[in-house]
This record gives sequence, C-alpha cells and structure tokens, in this order.
Amino acid sequence: MKILVCISKTPDTTAKIAFADGGKKFEEAGVQWIINPYDEWYSLVRAIELKEKDPATIIHLVTVGGADAEPIIRKALALGGDEAIRINTDSSDSFYIAAQIAAVAATEKYDIIFTGKETIDYNGASIGGMIAALVDAPYISLATSFLIEGSTATITREIEGGEEVVTVNTPVVVSCQKGVAEQRIPNMRGIMAARTKPLKVLEPAAEEHLTSIESFELPAPKAGVKLVSPDNIDELVRLLHEEAKAI
Amino acid sequence: MVLVYIDHQDNQIKKSTLEAVTYGVALAKQLGTEAHGLVLGNVNDDLAALGAYELKNVYQINDVALAHFDAQVFVKTIAAAATKVGATTLVFSHNQTGKAVCAGVSALLKAGLVTGAIELPKTDAGFVVKKTVFSGKAFANVSIQTAIKIISLSPNSFHTTTGAAATASITPLDIPVSAGHVKVSAVNKTSGEISLTEADIVVSGGRGLKGPENWGILLDLAKELGAATACSRPVGDAHWRPHHEHVGQTGVQVAPNLYIAIGISGAIQHLAGVNRSKTIVVINKDPEAPFFKAADYGIVGDAFEVLPKLTDAIKKMKASA
Ligand SMILES: Cc1cc2nc3c(=O)[nH]c(=O)nc-3n(C[C@H](O)[C@H](O)[C@H](O)COP(=O)(O)OP(=O)(O)OC[C@H]3O[C@@H](n4cnc5c(N)ncnc54)[C@H](O)[C@@H]3O)c2cc1C
Repeated sequence: MKILVCISKTPDTTAKIAFADGGKKFEEAGVQWIINPYDEWYSLVRAIELKEKDPATIIHLVTVGGADAEPIIRKALALGGDEAIRINTDSSDSFYIAAQIAAVAATEKYDIIFTGKETIDYNGASIGGMIAALVDAPYISLATSFLIEGSTATITREIEGGEEVVTVNTPVVVSCQKGVAEQRIPNMRGIMAARTKPLKVLEPAAEEHLTSIESFELPAPKAGVKLVSPDNIDELVRLLHEEAKAI
Repeated sequence: MVLVYIDHQDNQIKKSTLEAVTYGVALAKQLGTEAHGLVLGNVNDDLAALGAYELKNVYQINDVALAHFDAQVFVKTIAAAATKVGATTLVFSHNQTGKAVCAGVSALLKAGLVTGAIELPKTDAGFVVKKTVFSGKAFANVSIQTAIKIISLSPNSFHTTTGAAATASITPLDIPVSAGHVKVSAVNKTSGEISLTEADIVVSGGRGLKGPENWGILLDLAKELGAATACSRPVGDAHWRPHHEHVGQTGVQVAPNLYIAIGISGAIQHLAGVNRSKTIVVINKDPEAPFFKAADYGIVGDAFEVLPKLTDAIKKMKASA
C-alpha cells in the first residue's frame, strides 16, 4: 500500500495575527511555524499507524512551499514516513496547490491520499476535494475514523447532525479530523532518522492561479464586557432580551 | 446566471441552504442577472416554495445514483449541470456537504473558489469575496480571476429573507449520472440535537464544570434556550462530551447569535472558533479569565450556582413575555 500525506506549514495556534504592507501581507516576524494540526495529529499519525500494522506500506509526505517549509517537513518525517517531496513554489490559491499535488499523484499512483480537513491559516478546506476531482478518485471529507482491510476502506465521516459510515475501494482521497488518530510526540530516534530520509525537491508544474488575496483585515475590537452581579441574574436576562436581542 | 446548490438531508432543505439561497438571490440582483437553484435527487419539501426567497427556478436532476451521497458523483453532476445551464456564479453553503463538493466542482470547471465567505462580494471592479482566515482571527479579501466563480457561504453569516409572493418553477434537467464507488453502510444521527453550526444559540462548557456528571445544569439551560451544546477541547479530549462538540481553532467553528461560555478560560485557540458569535456571555469564577476580554456580558461567579438561577430567570422571562 502506498500513502501520500499532504503537509502544510501554518503559524502556531498562539501566533499573533498581524498584517504588514497596509494589510497586504501576513506579518511573519516573530511567528513560530508548525505542521498544520489536522495534517499532523490525524492524517500523518493515521498513515504511520497503518504502516505499523503493515510494514510493507510506503508513506510519502508532500508539501507545496519554499525552502522555509523544510524544517516543517523534517519535523513531519521525524514522526514517520519514508520520504518527502517538496514542490518548490508558494501560493495562497487552493487550485494551484492541489494541481501541483495531483501532478505528483498522477505519476506515483497512491492508494490513499490523506489531507487535513483544512489548514488553520487560510481555512480553505478545499485541497482534498480538488485533488480527488483532478485524479478522478472518490473523496471522503471530514473523516473521523479510517480503517482498511485489503483494498477496502471503511470510513466514518461527519454529516450534519451525525456521522455516516461508508465503504470504498482504493484509490481514495480522505480529509481527516479529530477521531482519526491521536496526537503523537516525536522521539529522539525519529528525529535522528528524519535527517537522513530522502527529501526530493520538485519544480512546480505549469498551473493556473484562479484566485489571489487582495488584502487582510482584523475584526473590530469588542466594546468591552458588561459585568452583571451573580445576585442579579434577572438583569442579565433583561440585557440579553432587550439590548442584545439574543433571546 | 447565479446557480445555488440546494442541499437537503432527510428529505428536507437545510437552514444553511436557505441562507445560500438568500445570498444567491441578492448576488444575482447585484450582478443584474437571475438566481436559479440546483437540486440533486428527491426532496419532500416543496421546492416551488423557494419562490418565497425570490428564487426564479429550480433545476432538478433525478437519478438512482443520487439517492445517497457520493462526492465524486455529485461533483461531476453539478459541474455538468452548471455548464449546461450556463451558470456564471455558483453558490454553496459551507456546511458538511458544501465542503465535500464545492472544491471538486471548482477543480473540474477551473472556476476560482472562495470558501467560508461571510458577505456579498464587491463587484464594482473585479470580484472580491470576504472570508474568514486564521480560524476567525482575521478576514481576507480574495479576488476571483476566472470567468466562472464559486462561493461557499459560511453558515450563520447571512440572514434569510423570505416573504415574496412567488413560486419557483421546477425544471427537470437531463444530465447523465455516472455510478459511484462509495457505499453507505450506516448513518448514526444524534437525533433530537440541534446542529452546532446552524444553531442560533450555543451553550458551551469547559473544564470549570469539573466532570461529565455535572453537565445536567448546562443541558437544562440549553434546553430552555433551544440551544446546541458545545465544549472546550480538553472536555472533548477527556470524553466528558462527544468530540464533535469541541469548538475552537482545531474543532468546529461557530458563529451563532448568542454564545454562552461556562467555565471556559478563553484560550486563544478556543476564542478563534467562537469569536464571530454576535453576542458572547461568559460565566467564570475567575475575574482574570481571558474570556472576559472577548465577551459582551459576563458574570464572575460559580457556574454551579449561576446556571440553575439563569435557567430559572429565563423561564420566568418567557412566562411573562
Ligand atoms: C495547538 C493547540 C490547539 C488547540 N485547539 C483548541 C480548540 O480548538 N478549542 C479549545 O477549546 N482549546 C484548544 N486548545 C487548548 C487551549 O489552549 C486551552 O487549553 C483550552 O481551551 C482550555 O479549556 P478550558 O477553558 O475548558 O479549561 P481551563 O483552561 O482549565 O479553564 C477552566 C476555566 O474554568 C473556570 N472555572 C473553574 N471552576 C469554575 C466554576 N465552578 N465556575 C465557573 N468557572 C469555573 C476557571 O476559572 C478557568 O477559567 C488548543 C491548544 C493547542 C496547543
């Protein structure tokens, strides 16, 4: 079995979100970068678990990003995976990124392609669905569990107000979220091994950008909290009813 | 033409879909064109009644292969339908189904996509859509450069307006539908619960409630308000509550009219998923809890005392209203 895990580099969840160039650019100064949590905690760890069960499994990691994405992909390799591919380009357009990954997938013929359910920076939630359409494979979104027996995957996915269990034969593209696996901490052996694992750098395929970010904005600050005494709960209810019109 | 994807579940049209319909109709007016709907499969709800939202017409594709959801099949069918009817803008709701299909349609049509839109686009020069980024900590204005545009609308961002005295026509559309590869073997509905992303009011509990055995007072409040229930990440991780209730940067992102946070400290990752709520109420015994900085109303007090009193006060208010 051959698995591709898509890895994205995102700012740490505690990073201060600020913009430079009059709102044109994300302010990167002082920002710590991490593996997108959905990619790391769920897709990557699930792929590693599948390899632990069946050591013949091959795991490739792929990231679309500049040289500054290499520490992130090395960190991912320290958790597991056999080799990594970095496609040497940067973009905020989901289609451009997905088309790069689909081009790799077209030659490598993966059985499973895992993505996170979204990245925590652009919140696109689109890469998996686009790759699936481009390679013409079934797409299962928002998975909360992934099991495989031979070439038949049994996947639980979130639907509105519940979950649905589906079966599908590989190849399949799956976007992962909580439930698929549990977060792991890399150990020293993994970190050492990651240094010598192959990291291939590919130049991007000629693809189109369909969108571009014009500018960023921060939300307007809150006016400030109105405190109500715990002995005067009726007053809170009145405010919620009359002032906020929320109940 | 603006084509709105009419999503349905259990034979009913979802609230988030009605928001997308309202949005699509407003967008069509802005662009000087018409809004039509597209529905795949059978719905019991009266599609003609969508005329009340000023939708002119609904295209309907019926095929046995559409009886259950398979993203690959739906994507191909929607893309073919959009081409056949000459849609220039497609609108989806950014709900679970929208997330499963809009990206694939974008890739097949090579149509620029903005997911999680929160406003109508600016179309005076170009086509620029505002969406949330950094899990609600900021917004981005994204320009779509392709002739065909696709928008998926963040639930609870756009209020439905209805009341037009009109009915929509229903036009069967003949599109060949390919057989799918996905078999649905079980559906587990958390029946009776209000969907978290669609709820008007969300009541959410954190570690301050000490243990799952104490959730009764929170559920009582939620029931009285007709609210959905949510929780902080450690509460989900400890299995005090089902993990689909976990909200925040790495959980579900919500934007209800009212969010009530009980015994939640207000960590930056939690706030990221809830700070688009219109009104935020925080109940916490620590006056220094960071959540108060993001709140509109707050009570510094012990949740175990405050909650039952709050539920009673709401009952009283309702009785006198
Ligand atoms: C990468 C990453 C991603 C994360 N993603 C998320 C996420 O998506 N969502 C999320 O929620 N968290 C997330 N977290 C965790 C987050 O940092 C916090 O640890 C978490 O939100 C804290 O949960 P809490 O507020 O329930 O618990 P605590 O921080 O322990 O707070 C409990 C609060 O309850 C109050 N309290 C105690 N007793 C009472 C009482 N009797 N009455 C009233 N109040 C009381 C306390 O004063 C305190 O403020 C993430 C963390 C990381 C590192």
